[in-house]
Amino acid sequence: MDSIIMENAASETVWTHVGTIDDIPLLGSRVVRTPDGDIALFRTAADEVFALEDACPHKRGPLSQGIVHGRRVTCPLHGWVIELATGEAVAPDEGRAGHVPVRVEGRSVAIALGGVKLSRGGCRKACGHV
Amino acid sequence: MDMHLSSNNGSAVKSDAIKSDAAGSGAVEVNEAALPNGGPVKERLVVVGNGMAGMKAVEELLAKAPGRFDITVFGAEPHPNYNRIMLSPVLAGEKTFDQIVLNSREWYDANGITLLTGEAVEGIDRAAKTVVSQSGRVVPYDRLLIATGSMPFIIPVPGSTLPGVIGFRDLADVEAMLAAAAKGGRAVVIGGGLLGLEAANGLRVKGMEVTVVHLMPTLMERQLDPSAGMLLQRELERRGIEVLTGADTAEIVGNNEGDVRVGAVRLKDGRELPADIVVMAVGIRPNMALGKAAGLDCGRGIRVDDQMRTSDPSIYAVGECVEHRGVTWGLVAPLFEMAKVLADRLAGGEGSTYTGSVTSTKLKVTGVDVFSAGDFSGGAGTEDIVFRDAARGVYKRLVLKDGKLLGAVLYGDTRDGAWYFSLLKDGADVSAERDTMIFGPYFSNGGFGGDAGNPDAAIAALPDSAEICGCNGVCKGAIVMAITGKGLTSLDEVKAHTKASASCGGCAGTVERLLAATLGDGFTAAPKVKPMCKCTRHTHDEVRAAIVGRGLKTMADVLQAMEWTTPDGCASCRPALNYYLLCAWPGEYRDDYQSRYINERAHANIQKDGTYSVVPRMWGGLTNAAELRAIADVVDKFAIPTVKVTGGQRIDLFGVKKEDLPAVWADLNAAGMVSGHAYAKGLRTVKTCVGSEWCRFGTQDSTGLGVKLERMTWGSWTPHKVKLAVSGCPRNCAEATIKDLGVVCIDSGYELHVGGNGGLHVRACDLLVRVATEEEVLEYTGAFMQLYREEARYLERTAPWVERVGLDHVKAALVEDPGRRRALNARFLFSQTFSQDDPWAERAAKGVDRHEFNLLAEVG
Repeated sequence: MDSIIMENAASETVWTHVGTIDDIPLLGSRVVRTPDGDIALFRTAADEVFALEDACPHKRGPLSQGIVHGRRVTCPLHGWVIELATGEAVAPDEGRAGHVPVRVEGRSVAIALGGVKLSRGGCRKACGHV
Repeated sequence: MDMHLSSNNGSAVKSDAIKSDAAGSGAVEVNEAALPNGGPVKERLVVVGNGMAGMKAVEELLAKAPGRFDITVFGAEPHPNYNRIMLSPVLAGEKTFDQIVLNSREWYDANGITLLTGEAVEGIDRAAKTVVSQSGRVVPYDRLLIATGSMPFIIPVPGSTLPGVIGFRDLADVEAMLAAAAKGGRAVVIGGGLLGLEAANGLRVKGMEVTVVHLMPTLMERQLDPSAGMLLQRELERRGIEVLTGADTAEIVGNNEGDVRVGAVRLKDGRELPADIVVMAVGIRPNMALGKAAGLDCGRGIRVDDQMRTSDPSIYAVGECVEHRGVTWGLVAPLFEMAKVLADRLAGGEGSTYTGSVTSTKLKVTGVDVFSAGDFSGGAGTEDIVFRDAARGVYKRLVLKDGKLLGAVLYGDTRDGAWYFSLLKDGADVSAERDTMIFGPYFSNGGFGGDAGNPDAAIAALPDSAEICGCNGVCKGAIVMAITGKGLTSLDEVKAHTKASASCGGCAGTVERLLAATLGDGFTAAPKVKPMCKCTRHTHDEVRAAIVGRGLKTMADVLQAMEWTTPDGCASCRPALNYYLLCAWPGEYRDDYQSRYINERAHANIQKDGTYSVVPRMWGGLTNAAELRAIADVVDKFAIPTVKVTGGQRIDLFGVKKEDLPAVWADLNAAGMVSGHAYAKGLRTVKTCVGSEWCRFGTQDSTGLGVKLERMTWGSWTPHKVKLAVSGCPRNCAEATIKDLGVVCIDSGYELHVGGNGGLHVRACDLLVRVATEEEVLEYTGAFMQLYREEARYLERTAPWVERVGLDHVKAALVEDPGRRRALNARFLFSQTFSQDDPWAERAAKGVDRHEFNLLAEVG
């Protein structure tokens, strides 16, 4: 079958199989637990899969629990919007959630571990709870 | 694949000549004799493959360097060169085979080409520079062109080799399908891409019952975004084609009768679909066997450079059999581009190169206009322009990046596809046309008035017969006549007099422009009403009215009908739409799980550290020893760090890990407790005081009435959270006059207060009415809940709602119109019959939504 490579990784990258696309709900997310922290895997309406560190750059909210729309997720704590493909917060907010390379082959999903870099951004707007 | 060894209409002389050539005597002279301008010895070009790519190369070569080569063409199929992409219309009976033949045998003869049909080439001897065919014919070449195309990919599931499993690639496949269709019966088409859908449509037109089985969630996901895919699915279903998406084929099952052939398709979820034929259209694979066997460098296809040369400098390859810069192609445009480059090369040119293609596709199903081009996946730095016209069934989406068009998806109206495709291919800067380009070149480049980019000029230039309002069929002339004849000056007046934009409101902007164009300075635009969110220009009220008025019953229907500008909404509009649909169609609408906030998905409150809090229901604030004991046990068992009494007389357990939630609920359920919906935009609590049962001042049984109210209203979904209270006397210990609905018991009965709020903006209730009996309290409460449910905007609590619509409006509906009150109450009670299930029990005991609470994996 054709393989969709969402992220070209260096040849030494170790890919860890974590499940299949079908395990992740459409427009939803599932969590993979690792020694370095939780990783959230997202599936868009177009069946793309993305992985981010499961922590919003704002106040570490679990992005896996947010609402997925387009190629973005809205953090459940204070409504920051994060780009799934890059982990970048959508302006005017600034910050970036750690981004994890994903490889989808057929229905199987693998992630590249070890490359997650944590980062923190500042709160630039008044927080209104959902 | 079947090899067709059949009569060859080509000249027997030539065949013999080649045979003699194989024997070493040289066919060159014979062929030269056949050519009018026979001259010096020509180079011999052998083409393996009589398909579209190979023959396009030959055609181009003949145009560029006539007579330069002595050409021999091998074709495995028994036919002359035909237009393979028109096989679908042949299947559907819209064209005959003769109509799709590209080059007749006469054409080959006239151009001195030796055509050998029904004869596959089996080997290449690169050292001797010869090819050998299936029948043993050996033909020498100076240059060899491999254009062997591709093969349908057959999923290697059990049963895939049974008779009755057909690919969709050549005329033989079409003939097999037509033969099957002649007997009627059922067809299963595996693959919901271009080819699969064309096959499904053709078989349906020919009278078969057809089911399309597609692995992905929407059809043609490589060409269409999910919105367009959904529209396409609905259109196909309307034509009687069953479509199963997210369906994975496990096995093709044989029938039980004497001649073993297909009987059914079994899916991985266990469903079995009876089938008299199975068409496998899941994709194609480059047919590189010949090149590989000859030792050419191959990847996913035969590798070629930018001049279409393989790793052997005498051998070229074009078409679907090649891999170029790591990419294989399955559409006709790239093949033609390759053919041109190759022809240049063979004709002696050095300059032209093939560097890859930008492609567009169209679905060849009559009456379904679908076009897509470029990359429409969106992503960082791109912006979408989405146009939806539900009444016409039109959907367009343009994806822009850095001022250039990156991709386009058109459904329902593909007239402008070519224009978008040229902008896309040229990499044109479209910044200047950005605002109007979605309307097509006529509006965008001034085709109606020469005033580029000016929609007012475009409106002014529209003919009187142009339809402005699709819903009500109002044309420009009628609107202009009403404006001038009746002296109309506002959108509302135009709505009232002509019905234009009175339904979905999608054309309101156009009507305003028309007003402006007709009245000039006499027109002032209506004050802007705030749209729901950035995905739409419609207000909450317009969307709600459309859902009910136009019978929109799914999220996709609303997005389409209300012309959403994003493919799947956002975190702001989706929960609102989900609620509006749920409210409008109780029992009918299927809740959209992914459009709920996490609190409502997890049925607990998310806290700042990502843990959850759990509040069991305590009816009317009552509890007992067994419940308290169960709560205490749960606290110990799950090491719950904080236990707190809420302002609404309940107990909140904080710091529960998400994965523990189902187990916590199970224990609380076991003690008879259910979810308190403390997380919900719905009925939360009914706060009470003790009332006449214990209190010296109590006038009525406020606790008992609170329990009755909570039993009636629990589980309901509302625009925002709702809290009730019942105080036993005017001392108001339950603080009933700052609740969404508060009951204050008095000697003569009950006072009902509405629209209070103890939150961000404290607001005391308004007195709605005094009533005498508990039954009336319940009826008014149900009616009030329903009026709020039906009229308030999502996330609007009762206090701002009452202030916005006015107390008189609420009184008119509930107090002054008993018939309406009873009807509202009846609708509330009806919707409650579907919503009073304990979400905790479903998840704790029945495993509903288990994925929500389990990790996908634990690694490292």
